[in-house]
Amino acid sequence: MMNDFWIHPAAILIIGALFLPLLRQAGPARNIYILLVPLFAFVNVLAMDRGTFAVFHFLDWSLTFGRVDGLSHVFGFIMTLMCLIGTIYGMNTKGVKEIFAAWLYVAGSLGVIYCGDYLVLFLFWELMAFSSVFLVWFRGRKRSLATGFRYLLVHTFGGLVLLAGIMLRYQATGGDISFGPIGVDSPSLYTYLIMIGFILNAAVPPLHAWLPDAYGEATVSGAVFMCAFTTKTAIYALARGFAGMDVLIPLGVIMALYGVVYAVLENDARRLLAYHIISQVGYMVAGVGIGTELAINGACAHAFAHILYKGLLFMGCGSVLFMTGTSKFSELGGLYKKMPVTFVFTLIGGLSISAFPLFSGFVSKSMIIASGFEDHLLWAAFLLTLASAGTFLHTGLKVPYFIWFGKNNCSDNTWEKAQDPPLNMQIAMAIAAFFCIFIGCYTPFLYNLLPYPVHYHPYTLYHISESMQILLFTALGFFLFIKKLAPEQVISLDLDWFYRKASQQFMWFAKNPVQKFDNACSEVYRVAGMIPLMTSARFWSWFDWHGIDGVVDGLARTIGFFSQKLRLLQNGQVSRYLSFMACGLLVVLLWMYTR
Amino acid sequence: MIVQFIDFFRNRMKMTIRLCYGVLLFWVIFDILLGFAGEKEHAHTWVEVYFPGWWALFGFVSCTLIIYISKWFGHLGIMTREDYYDE
Repeated sequence: MMNDFWIHPAAILIIGALFLPLLRQAGPARNIYILLVPLFAFVNVLAMDRGTFAVFHFLDWSLTFGRVDGLSHVFGFIMTLMCLIGTIYGMNTKGVKEIFAAWLYVAGSLGVIYCGDYLVLFLFWELMAFSSVFLVWFRGRKRSLATGFRYLLVHTFGGLVLLAGIMLRYQATGGDISFGPIGVDSPSLYTYLIMIGFILNAAVPPLHAWLPDAYGEATVSGAVFMCAFTTKTAIYALARGFAGMDVLIPLGVIMALYGVVYAVLENDARRLLAYHIISQVGYMVAGVGIGTELAINGACAHAFAHILYKGLLFMGCGSVLFMTGTSKFSELGGLYKKMPVTFVFTLIGGLSISAFPLFSGFVSKSMIIASGFEDHLLWAAFLLTLASAGTFLHTGLKVPYFIWFGKNNCSDNTWEKAQDPPLNMQIAMAIAAFFCIFIGCYTPFLYNLLPYPVHYHPYTLYHISESMQILLFTALGFFLFIKKLAPEQVISLDLDWFYRKASQQFMWFAKNPVQKFDNACSEVYRVAGMIPLMTSARFWSWFDWHGIDGVVDGLARTIGFFSQKLRLLQNGQVSRYLSFMACGLLVVLLWMYTR
Repeated sequence: MIVQFIDFFRNRMKMTIRLCYGVLLFWVIFDILLGFAGEKEHAHTWVEVYFPGWWALFGFVSCTLIIYISKWFGHLGIMTREDYYDE
């Protein structure tokens, strides 16, 4: 039953994707179509009224597909905008399969954002995982396949935990499937299970290792999509259900620092950026945990800003990978003469993520930190500030410096191929860069989108002074210790070790001791079970044949023999019957006479 | 244009470095002046009000800690050869 005329933006993308295979040939028609579908979805979100739409009754449940309120609107806005930017960026990829998978992936995210109950949420939650994995597989390397399967397994596990939580909650509440504040003051088992399902997608340690693993291996444009949707949809779900859940504060702070530590060690630019997603999402998780209006506003604003600047950074480093074929610091360097435009866009992303005044991060990240200070969580606020120094250190300094400046580690081939990427990629980066600066300069644009009224002013003299001191003295530290940060040709072990290396040991264990034990059991069974069984079976078979069958067959043969003889007597000749009767009569008479 | 702009500073490295130190100094002095002008009502804690250049020190120490602790952690065996998982 439709309450009102309302088009789900996810439906636009799904139906739009279904027509994509008809437009496989590169050409203007294909490009216009690819542009129009996400544009239509974006305009649809902009024009959307608030309210509840598309409620369907199914069995005993009423399923809500369209809950449009302040919280879902800000996320729907940024997701469709990023879908448009990502699609423009990926327009020059061959074929349409990547865009097909990406649109379904965005549709999953939008479905979660606008849903009003856990069943619809779960449906779209799984759509996200099962469509985004193709963005890894389409990279086409041998290791992409394995990475994709790991990604899928981890998310299937998370989905099952989420489903278990939903089921337990359904039972405990007597059939309630509505998705809203879950009651963080009296958490029970299902609260934690649903939370684990959500924070796995938000990449909270120790459930985070899938993120750098998959995002570092995804296709160039696939990573641009992936960096935006999964984690931020999880933040939406947490903000909707778990605002004020205390345990999220320390988890968020740990995330923020964890990402920073691993980013120091990372040699691959895109994996470094992936670790910084963990770090940045940590701010949002902490914001949700603090749970005040300022903190929730901060988490939403930071998610909004983050999607744009992280998308921009992934587009910048993706361009380097796309043009040169590598994204490792130890194989790059000194490219500012070859890729200057990409450098400027990446720098804008770097300054935005580092929260420089006039860039987007400055007006969003500070809201979360301010809410921490306001709530007297000094340790959390100071540690988050420390992590923000780390953000500038890596994303604002290390990434641009070791790709575009620093020691030139490029091979001749890399150097030859390096130049600014095709126009569509530059346009996509320009749009994202514009929004990064626009949000930073004109705060009402973002603040008016937030779910609660904003009374926060980022541009005070003191806040500018505070930020500039932290950032510039971080830069001083960077240049003083630059030798320590020189790229090393290594990878860093993370918790995915447990299911990558330990699974090999598990396979060895399964192949050797377990298999041997199984073989031994089979042998014992054969000797002690099968052999006596077969012997006794053979005996009974013999007995059956010779004993039982002998008796039965013998009886039958005897009866057959006599009946043969009896048959001879009955030949139908009346004279013989009369002679038998006469004989019989004679015998009877003789017998009577002798008595 | 972008390349020329960058090269302008790269060709004058000494001047650029001096300029950077000047900018650093400017923000510390700015912080001290804010303290004198009583413009620190947005400060969160007392240490920010009474410790001139607190955030400058905080930024530098944070950066140093992050680099050294991370590298120490990495050399505990976390950083390993690139083909580690390929076997």
